[in-house]
Amino acid sequence: MDLPRARGAFGADLFTAMRAGDPTLLDPSAKPEHDEDAAIALWALYELHYRGFDDVDARLEWDADLLRARGALEADLETRLRSRYESPDLPDVASTDFATAFFAFVEEHDGASLAAHVQTRADQAQVLELLRLRSVYHLKETDPTAWVVPRLPARAQASLVELMYDEYGTGDPRRLHAQLFADGLAACGLSADYGAYVDEAPLEVLEQNNAMSLFGLHRRLRGAALGHLAAFEASSSLPSRRLVQGLQRLEMPAAMSRYYAEHVEADAVHEQLAVRTMCGSLVEEQPRLLDDVYFGAFSCLDLEDRLARRLLATWGVAA
Amino acid sequence: MLLRGTQVVEDADGVQHTTTRPVSALCRCHRSATKPWCDGTHKLLPDKLRP
Ligand code: FES
Ligand SMILES: [Fe+2]
Ligand SMILES: [Fe+2]
Repeated sequence: MDLPRARGAFGADLFTAMRAGDPTLLDPSAKPEHDEDAAIALWALYELHYRGFDDVDARLEWDADLLRARGALEADLETRLRSRYESPDLPDVASTDFATAFFAFVEEHDGASLAAHVQTRADQAQVLELLRLRSVYHLKETDPTAWVVPRLPARAQASLVELMYDEYGTGDPRRLHAQLFADGLAACGLSADYGAYVDEAPLEVLEQNNAMSLFGLHRRLRGAALGHLAAFEASSSLPSRRLVQGLQRLEMPAAMSRYYAEHVEADAVHEQLAVRTMCGSLVEEQPRLLDDVYFGAFSCLDLEDRLARRLLATWGVAA
Repeated sequence: MLLRGTQVVEDADGVQHTTTRPVSALCRCHRSATKPWCDGTHKLLPDKLRP
């Protein structure tokens, strides 16, 4: 994959410096023109830690100037995410069983649903657009949470790896969730190349992806990373079933239904692991992380709600 | 309820089901469409019917 298209002057200068292999070209006082300019720049800087770019020297992953630029963009993103978040009544939460309180929080913050639209009304073009946008994450499914593994106490670690073993195909590369999605894309006549559709991604998709990398790459934010994962899993099983029904209604390829069908059952298990064992044991052993667990969960649900409302509005559907 | 490793579950009709994933969740609300495994349906039930 090559660097994506810049969305403003800040990103354009950054990408030029990255391509030239010379981040000293960067003006340290440069600021993004707008949120989208910032978001694609941060997405590209994070990508250096995943698969990288064919047109960027791999050594730049740990370049001090780029890390400084990344740090400023991350600080803005974290401030924005935190400003949207309102803590639940924590003493109240702490006095109830963690899993009960957490599942209730996820239910209360469940926002606009793309799955419900796909199930009953979406046309093929809308579903294909959604799949292209989902590919930005699904082709690296679970990768952002993998960074968290060495930063956890034993019980949370064991349960995260148990979940990941399933996401990564239980030893069978054909069953890797990212691979199931790639097979689905190909069957739908879309590109299964990693990052192929990032240039199409609106701000909301970039923020979803950046939030996961932000939480995953900072040990300080491990609570948010697990809270995000738990909310993701806890809001996946029923929507996945709706997506299967929508794909079947539109007679779209079985390979894509298979990805979502797998998630109906898999995520019914994963949500139990993620909420009860993983987050439950983490907040028991490190109670100070409780608020961050909820912050991560809220960010996951809120960013999905923002994306859903945006797409439904573009398609002329009421949320 | 979570099951780990390969296990065999017998349903009410005496049919045996072998687990297919490293961890499986058993349906306890009796309403799953993929019985004996949980498929999240329990969330659609009123509180008093939830396991
Ligand atoms: S317990 Fe029956 S579907 Fe989850
Ligand atoms: Fe998955
Ligand atoms: Fe999952």
